[in-house]
Amino acid sequence: MTESVHEDQKATTQQAPDDPRTVSRRWVLLGLGALLNGVVGVAVAVPVVRYLLGPVRRKGAYNSWISLGSVDQFPEGETRLATYENPFNRPWDGETAKTACWVRNTGSNKFQVFAINCAHLGCPVRWFPQSSLFMCPCHGGVYYADGSRASGPPERGLFEYDYKIVGSELHIDAGQMPTLATQARNELPVINNSPKGCGSCAG
Amino acid sequence: MRWLKATYDWLELRLKLEGPVKDAVLHPVPRNTASWWYVFGSAAFTLLMLQIVTGILLAIVYVPSGAEAWSSLQVLNHQLPLGWFLRAMHGWGSNFMVAVVLIHMAQVFLFGAYKFPREFTWTLGVFMLLMTLGMAFTGQVLRFDQDAYWGLGIGASIMARVPLIGGPLVHLLLGGPIIAGATLTRFFALHVFVIPGILLVFTALHVWMVLKLGINEWPMPGRTVNRKTYLQQYNHLAHTDGIPFVPGAFWKDLVFSGAILAAVAVCAAVFGPYGPTGQPDPTIIQTVPKPDFFFLWIYAVLSYLPASLETPFILTAPLVGIAVLLALPFYAGEGEKSWHRRPVAVLVLALVAVSWGTFTHLGTYTPWSPVMNAWSADTVPPHIVHDLSPTERQGAVVFQAKQCRNCHSLAGEGGQRGPALDSVAARMTEDQLIRQVVQGGGNMPAYGTSLSPPEVTALVRFLGTLHAPNEPAAKDASQAAMQSNPLPANSQ
Repeated sequence: MTESVHEDQKATTQQAPDDPRTVSRRWVLLGLGALLNGVVGVAVAVPVVRYLLGPVRRKGAYNSWISLGSVDQFPEGETRLATYENPFNRPWDGETAKTACWVRNTGSNKFQVFAINCAHLGCPVRWFPQSSLFMCPCHGGVYYADGSRASGPPERGLFEYDYKIVGSELHIDAGQMPTLATQARNELPVINNSPKGCGSCAG
Repeated sequence: MRWLKATYDWLELRLKLEGPVKDAVLHPVPRNTASWWYVFGSAAFTLLMLQIVTGILLAIVYVPSGAEAWSSLQVLNHQLPLGWFLRAMHGWGSNFMVAVVLIHMAQVFLFGAYKFPREFTWTLGVFMLLMTLGMAFTGQVLRFDQDAYWGLGIGASIMARVPLIGGPLVHLLLGGPIIAGATLTRFFALHVFVIPGILLVFTALHVWMVLKLGINEWPMPGRTVNRKTYLQQYNHLAHTDGIPFVPGAFWKDLVFSGAILAAVAVCAAVFGPYGPTGQPDPTIIQTVPKPDFFFLWIYAVLSYLPASLETPFILTAPLVGIAVLLALPFYAGEGEKSWHRRPVAVLVLALVAVSWGTFTHLGTYTPWSPVMNAWSADTVPPHIVHDLSPTERQGAVVFQAKQCRNCHSLAGEGGQRGPALDSVAARMTEDQLIRQVVQGGGNMPAYGTSLSPPEVTALVRFLGTLHAPNEPAAKDASQAAMQSNPLPANSQ
């Protein structure tokens, strides 16, 4: 067995000829093979990029109107937590499809619906009716009752959803996690209500 | 025993591994290199193997589904025999791996081992560090609990700050518009296939280079690296004052790796698995999300940045840091290796280590986060209100009820977002207190709209009592000057 292996090796070394023409033809064929693989690879891979970019959609494409239930749940002058099933979801999302938001009834059927996510880094803000403040547990962002920035690291007020009243139900236009790039509603360029990092310095 | 030899020969004839393995095992390394300082690389490798084995064992049970991941972890923790132990081994293995990789990197830096001809070994190592951290972060996501959920929210909020493509990046990171099942599956793919795959290839290359280029010699002051002469010098050193890698250096690697594995197992058995914390239900907002240990320092840095600096810092600092690490061997590829002759390098390392430690420490007790239940959980200590007037006591009630306590501590209890108020009356006069409460400012919200005038009065009266008995209350300096010196100086 050992011998036969040696013979094989001899045979291959003998076969490798020094004739440059033979070599160049083989190199051309190799190049052809590589080119073929490259073309097929690109033809297959480029459409797959679209698969990878599938989740990327333009502004508002994920949004739709969704009911938060009867208006009566939100008494005048109060701010209450509401939850809804995100309109865009998958069967295996489980409880993560649920989303929370704060609904403020400012009277005479006027509302403000705030995203739960702090405008700083997205942590869930909590409403404290006693002091009329939203506080964020992560880095201490604080917002006033109308959602405007009070103090802390956020550079803007809370994200707000568009709402409408259909019959006796409160509907909001929602669908994606609000961030500085994916606001809860189409906003004009961010209005910074704290020009120099201090929300309440007079002048 | 003859059949054993026969089997070996039969296999070797076909595998042809004896030659390369012998080369690797017996290659000479400088005698001083067989040191306990050189064991961290192999320990990191051992931990990587541990993570792969425990990871596969967990993957047998874990369900990467938004709806079921959390409950599959509960099954692992509570129902399967030793499921908890495997989760604990994987979690602690991850902690140890990050730590050992960082120590390995610090040692390589300190010993100048990144210099010629090992620049690319370092470069590859930097990418391996990034992937190790990537594994730690994606692994934290797979633990799909409240911390993971809101951690992803933080990730998405950071992505959103990238100019122009922030929105698409958020959607790509989350795999859709919200943190949900699609987010978990893509992090599962990253954690289980993509990053480990690349990490294994890089590890193979990294080890290959270590074997081919030889282990860094012990740095000696004055023995400088020169591109023209180094290879010859190293070969000379390895052959004249060298010992075979196995067993000369390798036995220490083996012992240390074994000790590390034992340490992981002990930590796993004693401290148990990480979480999962509460289920990832976004409507449960009574949560205080916190990142895992190795990302606490980022959490701390983020909270200390002024709002205007935050976005530029988040987006550029990591890139600059990585660029510096990558550029290091090309900037300082020659010269002294010994730390005795590299004071700047030693100081930089010390500075980085101390900063990291400080920020991590701050991150563990988060003085910038309000304590969300302090207003209802931490009472005003009785000795403070004991001798107060009714108005002042009413002020103490206002102080609690208006959540002041969430950011201000009394007697060491309460939030630390704002200053402790135990001696606030010694610092601020009544007028200043009123102004601060009503107008806010200096990172405090204005309470003008949520406090009635009587509440402000009561609150400020209460705050006015907060100073130590031997400490005088703050006085208005101008009034004090008028009182002590009623006549204007007539020296003009």
